[in-house]
Amino acid sequence: MLELKNISYLVDDEGLGDKKEIIKNVNLTIEDGFVAITGPNGGGKSTLAKLVAGIITPTSGQILFNGEDITGLSITERSKKGITFAFQQPVRFKGLTVKDLITIASGEKITINEACGYLSEVGLCAKEYIDREVNASLSGGELKRIEIAMAIARKTPLTIFDEPEAGIDLWSFQNLIHVFENIHEKAGGSIIIISHQERILNIADRIVVIADGEIKEYGKREEILPKLLKGAAPAPILGDDDTTLGCPTLLDKIKQ
Amino acid sequence: MAELTAIQKTLLENIADLHEIPAGAYNIRSNGGMLGRNTTANIDIVTKTDKPGIDIIIKPGTKNQSVHIPVLITQTGLKEMVYNEFFIGEDCDVVIVAGCGIHNAGDEESEHSGIHTFHVGKNSKVKYVEKHYGSGEGTGERVMNPSTEIYLEEGSHLEMETIQIEGINSTERKTYARVEDGASIVIKEKIMTHDNQVAVTDFKAELVGADSSADICSRSVAKNHSKQTFKSNIIGSNACKGHSECDAIIMDEAIVEAIPELTAANIDASLIHEAAIGKIAGEQLIKLMTLGLTESEAEEQIINGFLK
Repeated sequence: MLELKNISYLVDDEGLGDKKEIIKNVNLTIEDGFVAITGPNGGGKSTLAKLVAGIITPTSGQILFNGEDITGLSITERSKKGITFAFQQPVRFKGLTVKDLITIASGEKITINEACGYLSEVGLCAKEYIDREVNASLSGGELKRIEIAMAIARKTPLTIFDEPEAGIDLWSFQNLIHVFENIHEKAGGSIIIISHQERILNIADRIVVIADGEIKEYGKREEILPKLLKGAAPAPILGDDDTTLGCPTLLDKIKQ
Repeated sequence: MAELTAIQKTLLENIADLHEIPAGAYNIRSNGGMLGRNTTANIDIVTKTDKPGIDIIIKPGTKNQSVHIPVLITQTGLKEMVYNEFFIGEDCDVVIVAGCGIHNAGDEESEHSGIHTFHVGKNSKVKYVEKHYGSGEGTGERVMNPSTEIYLEEGSHLEMETIQIEGINSTERKTYARVEDGASIVIKEKIMTHDNQVAVTDFKAELVGADSSADICSRSVAKNHSKQTFKSNIIGSNACKGHSECDAIIMDEAIVEAIPELTAANIDASLIHEAAIGKIAGEQLIKLMTLGLTESEAEEQIINGFLK
């Protein structure tokens, strides 16, 4: 269980020489299960994920993970406590192979078969990819799937996916949902998915809507989703980036 | 042949991936003398009479054979200059593994300087691997200055892999290649320096033949107060292709210099140079830390991968 208590995050606004509040006094308790975080671009979704993973430190407030205060812990310490963060923009490494990264992610020596298993789960032909370098020769979609394979290999009680569907085509959309279900089955705990996709929101137990650094809505899917459909939440929330191409968005649904 | 000592075995392992005496042709030089030699029907090794060193003569048509010529130095204060010359006949396909390991337990400087000359016959393929390694608890410096001259005849190909990962205080590596019609050379260099080490590499390739090519790629990591200089000069005087690349990770207080030169003396010469020097990308460290590694473990993984 993850709790954010009075979390604020300020950055220097270079233009004005002033402070800008990216996250404004957020209070949020995330129980086990699937939680989708949605909201307009620039609303603070990714910032919130980085705060939880320890990549940035809140200006004020407390983060509790399973009751323990982790606000002062490093990225590594949080990772060891069981927090996994799959980046929106995966990182490239000259020289490190897919197998190297999956091995590091799993935290132990794994066999080729196990490593290949993780790749198959994200729809990559293991034979073809296992020894590939994670460098500029891989496409954005390939990198994204490898990023997800690493998250599967981690098997931690909290996994955060930042727009996992970006760059992933229609074919693998069902698989992606399958992946979430598998992780949840094996590791339990919470899976937080930052997304604009209705299909992902559809599998969420709970939905958080963030805009302007504040939580605008938080509740069960059955309560929040109809509100989003009616456009009650601050627009634009859904289908506002090109990564959703080829997938029906909520806005399309409204038009039907 | 004499039994290898534990230190000699470690050096051999590091410079030639050998655990024991190699199969096939070899010449092991230790502390200025010959520790062992083996020749085969196709590969002859002859001691030079006018200066220290050996001639390695490979008969035309020799395929899938290898020669190992490691140099081991365990005596502090030893300084030597060795001339090794390779005569590779036409239509060969061979692997040559050289390399030098210095274990200096004393306080005097140990130094190995070698000049390797390759005459590669028409349509032959050569893979040349050279590793340098230093160890020893002594205060004596470990110095290596390898020079390599390569003459590639028509249609021949040489791939050179040169690796220096640790323990060499000072090195100046000079490599020269002259490439004839349809011949090609590929050089891959990997260097890591630490503490106050100094490493200078100087590549020069003359592409004199039509359709000749050179591809020089250097990857290096400079740590602590070490200093590296990378110089490359590709001269194209015919229709040819030349590419050189220097990619360096800089850490701590290290200094890395990259001095690329290209000279085109023919309208059909196509020459490219790429150079990049920078620290380890912050996002790479962060990604590995989110996978449970500490910052220094992450650094180590990134460097190992980069120099793999």
